[in-house]
Amino acid sequence: MTSDVVEPATPTAPAVGVAAVPKPKGRLRLSRGDKWVLALLLGIPAFVHIFLVWVPTLASVVLSFTSWNGIGGLDRIKFVGIDNYRVLVTTYPPFWPAIEHNLIWLGVFMLIATPIGIFFAVLLDKEIRGTRFYQGALYLPVVLSLAIIGFIAQLFLSTDQGLVNGVLAKVGVAPVDWLGNSSLNLWAVLVFASWRQVGYVMILYLAGLKGVDPTLREAAKVDGATEVQTFFRVIFPVMRPINIVVLVITVIESLRAFDLAYIINRGLNGLELLSVLVTNNIIGEASRIGFGSAIAVILLVVAVGPIIVYLTRTLREETR
Amino acid sequence: MTDPIDPRGRSMRTLAGLATVALLVVACSSSTTSSAPSAAAPSAAAPSAAASEAAPSAAASAALGATTIRSNEHEKVPAASVKAMVDYCTTKTGVTAPVAITNHNDFQDQFNSFMQGTPEDIVKWFTGERLRFPARNGLLTAIDDLWPSIAANYTDGMTKAAQGDDGKQYAVPIVSYPWVVLYRKSFFQEKGYTVPKTWDEFVTLAKKIQADGLIPLAFADKDGWPAMGTFDILNMRMNGYQFHADLLAGKQKWTDPKVQAVFAKWAELLPYTQPDPLGRTWQEGAQAWANNKAAMYFLGTFASQQVPAENLADVDFFPFPTLGTQYDSELGIDAPVDAWILSKAPKNLPAAEAMLGCFATPEAQLAFLGEDHSQIPASKVTDTSSFTPQQSKMAEIIGASGGVAQFLDRDTRSDFAGAQGMQALLQDFIKNPSQDLAAYTAKIQGVYDSLPPQ
Repeated sequence: MTSDVVEPATPTAPAVGVAAVPKPKGRLRLSRGDKWVLALLLGIPAFVHIFLVWVPTLASVVLSFTSWNGIGGLDRIKFVGIDNYRVLVTTYPPFWPAIEHNLIWLGVFMLIATPIGIFFAVLLDKEIRGTRFYQGALYLPVVLSLAIIGFIAQLFLSTDQGLVNGVLAKVGVAPVDWLGNSSLNLWAVLVFASWRQVGYVMILYLAGLKGVDPTLREAAKVDGATEVQTFFRVIFPVMRPINIVVLVITVIESLRAFDLAYIINRGLNGLELLSVLVTNNIIGEASRIGFGSAIAVILLVVAVGPIIVYLTRTLREETR
Repeated sequence: MTDPIDPRGRSMRTLAGLATVALLVVACSSSTTSSAPSAAAPSAAAPSAAASEAAPSAAASAALGATTIRSNEHEKVPAASVKAMVDYCTTKTGVTAPVAITNHNDFQDQFNSFMQGTPEDIVKWFTGERLRFPARNGLLTAIDDLWPSIAANYTDGMTKAAQGDDGKQYAVPIVSYPWVVLYRKSFFQEKGYTVPKTWDEFVTLAKKIQADGLIPLAFADKDGWPAMGTFDILNMRMNGYQFHADLLAGKQKWTDPKVQAVFAKWAELLPYTQPDPLGRTWQEGAQAWANNKAAMYFLGTFASQQVPAENLADVDFFPFPTLGTQYDSELGIDAPVDAWILSKAPKNLPAAEAMLGCFATPEAQLAFLGEDHSQIPASKVTDTSSFTPQQSKMAEIIGASGGVAQFLDRDTRSDFAGAQGMQALLQDFIKNPSQDLAAYTAKIQGVYDSLPPQ
């Protein structure tokens, strides 16, 4: 059992990035060829990154202050100031429901799905009998694309032809409108989203647990700690890097939630999500590029803001 | 053809990374396709392609060479229809045309960028506002020089539906179908129901059906668009075709009390329709009707696609009952039209126009329909011997109407009709029909007014 997976941030880890800026100390000089290779190896990814991530991001921000139907050249883009944002928060009906649903999604993932995933990982780490089977079974939904999960959800939840209502009918329960009732469908969809999220978190966390030094557990046992105490007082703090990854992934997964809602009813009627609103505005014939970009910018701020704050804080603590 | 008029569809598309969305839209022009290069250079000697109807000799038309076609019909039956039509016209005109195919719903989502890229010469599309919008934005070529040779094939209404704002012709309509109340003859006979002509007769019948433990009218709106048909028919029958057209064109206000009256009437209708419509697709609604759980279904005649083949002859339909208004005799109706359009820079104009000229003939449209009897040709048909009784009835119903609309999402701007507009707003009403209609219609008008000028 090697511990290379979750080596808790040793001073060598950040040093990897520093290697690109070698200090001209002693004989450690780079040849001209080395410099070219370095420049290329750093330059190409940097270019791709800037071109595919930052340029479009900034373009989105700029476009969010414009009105454009996507037809014709850039000369047909009209600047409208903060009009898009004003309409968004005042007249656009699905905006506030979408914010609310994204937050509910985040809450369910944070408080229910992710803890369950961690719990399963801890159980499976005990090497119980059939652990491989359980791993496979729990991880299976992660392999399925969300589009397929959406399809499965409809097979289960369709009012007239779904499995759930079919079973309920057998015990004499009137059909429930799982997908059409706007106070019910978000929760029904979240069950399926969580099904996948649990497996995702589980596999991440399991990999981390496998990397925890077994002597830590033994030491805790010797000191008379219970299983629960061992996990919360010893294992969980040691797993800090994985915890950060899981947290970031949970936030990202819940804010970019799209496929399930879109496949089920294209984000209408109780399944409004910011990502779906972006898409609905940008695709189609008379698309509203500027308006959709404004929603995208809000989603960006919501998604990136907390993550940046959290990461800078943790990284600062670690380097201290 | 699962969603013949679904404006956006449920087709899956992953959200390209949030940050790249803008770039995609800016940069993505269109998919390159298997368009064969035209065999012959555009023949300048044949500017008038008007001769297509008269089946020109192969020698004369061989000079026209080839054109290219993009179809949005990817499913088996409609794809075969397109092929049958193109094959027929290739033998008639000598013009060859490879047909490239895109998924129906994907194509609607990509239409803008596709038409700005390097589209095929001839593209399958719709009429109404969804035609006028690309025409207004310079994405199409007018076919005014071709039109005189095919004008006789079309009614005035059809000619108008194929026009842009500038009064030029931009499309060759090929098929159409009406929105009607469908029922099964044998079931009505068995239960002793009679076809209602007026609203009162309809309510009486609906109560009787409910007393029999059945649903009078199947209803489904998970897809967002089917409910538009109900709004259309009620508005046209209560306020007339012209008001309806003006409303959808933005010349009338949604806050008009006349519109509130439409929703009030709809609230009267809802108790007779299938409950929980927002969780049901139109296919599921059609199946409830086909399986006699619901006695009737108000939808386009394509609903009969969900009926098993052996029962197709049992399907019958009637126009929505009259409501006792001054517009009863007008009999306004939704009858969406599919059409071919000419992209903005066709590579071989004479060949494309020859092809389009042929598409405008009833013979080509009958070839298109083949075994599909859920639609009728858009042209005037003199020889209706190949029609099924249903097709004759469709033609009769559309012909009897004094105001033929397309459909809400084809008649009004698509950013208003779409998921972020009327689809969501109508679902809002269906969820809560007893809400304050003044506030509700003000909300609709607010959404309309927030849209940028086109």
